[in-house]
Amino acid sequence: MGMLMTAMTVLLCIAMIVAAFVAIAGKSLPIAILSAGLVSLVASVLFLVLASPDVAMTEAAIGSGLTTFLFFFVLGRVRKGEHDGGEHD
Amino acid sequence: MIKRVSVLLLLLAVGAIFATLLAGYEADPELNLTARYYADRTAADIGAANIVTAIVVTYRGLDTLGEVTVLFLSAAILGLVLAQGRKREQARRERVPAGELLTTGTRILAPLIMLLGVHVFVNGHLTPGGGFQGGAIVASGVLLLLLADPVKHFAHGLIAAVESLAGIFYVAIGLLGLLLAGGFLDNRFLPTGELGALFSAGAIPLIYSLIGLKVGAEFSAILADLSDTEEL
Repeated sequence: MGMLMTAMTVLLCIAMIVAAFVAIAGKSLPIAILSAGLVSLVASVLFLVLASPDVAMTEAAIGSGLTTFLFFFVLGRVRKGEHDGGEHD
Repeated sequence: MIKRVSVLLLLLAVGAIFATLLAGYEADPELNLTARYYADRTAADIGAANIVTAIVVTYRGLDTLGEVTVLFLSAAILGLVLAQGRKREQARRERVPAGELLTTGTRILAPLIMLLGVHVFVNGHLTPGGGFQGGAIVASGVLLLLLADPVKHFAHGLIAAVESLAGIFYVAIGLLGLLLAGGFLDNRFLPTGELGALFSAGAIPLIYSLIGLKVGAEFSAILADLSDTEEL
């Protein structure tokens, strides 16, 4: 790996750690979900750098695509439940 | 406070373990014995341009069958658990329709996403990716449809039929390999053809397309179940 590659890898790793921290410590749930998806996205770029495109595709499709979608989906349902839960129960 | 400090200490300890692992890592200058076997023999034996696919579908095909089964079981159990919540709500409540942006965007994007998914799993033996990745992409297209039109009822029967048929044909092709070629899930009962062509690598494109359909149908079934169930 060349110098540039190493620098890029380190940068990506730092981005991943920062995104993970935002996902845990952030106050806003949508931003937390987005940054959790970002962790997967950066991880898939890292897998690509490490010459494993198959794993990168899985990570991008499931980790950052489907999971993020699913979290938003569930978040919407939970929020809706919160809103009309009071009149119901 | 003590909780926070202990969490931080734990994180640091895990980080230290990984750091020592990384410090002791040295890339091998050449492929090890197993990797070299696959790298040298795949093109001649299996005829697949993508070695990872050859390993996943043929050399370790039984493991893939196991993985698909695990996914099937989790989808089935989720459906079973959520079905109890569904029975209770007969009168469906009005749902808030999706915004204009989402509906219009979905109309453009959903076909493209599904096409990409199909492309990924049909070309699994040539390019990176395959059944699992393509199936997941197809399912994210389905999810987009679900988000855009939450009122629409999804065809559970169709999804279930696609999933079951794909599974049955997958096992049937595996048995054909046992009968006509070297063993269970052997791909060479069909001609391996020219390396790099779409119709090559024997039964791998067929098997991976079936896996793609099955995985896509399983994920879609999970999502449709979740969407059809009111909060428990």
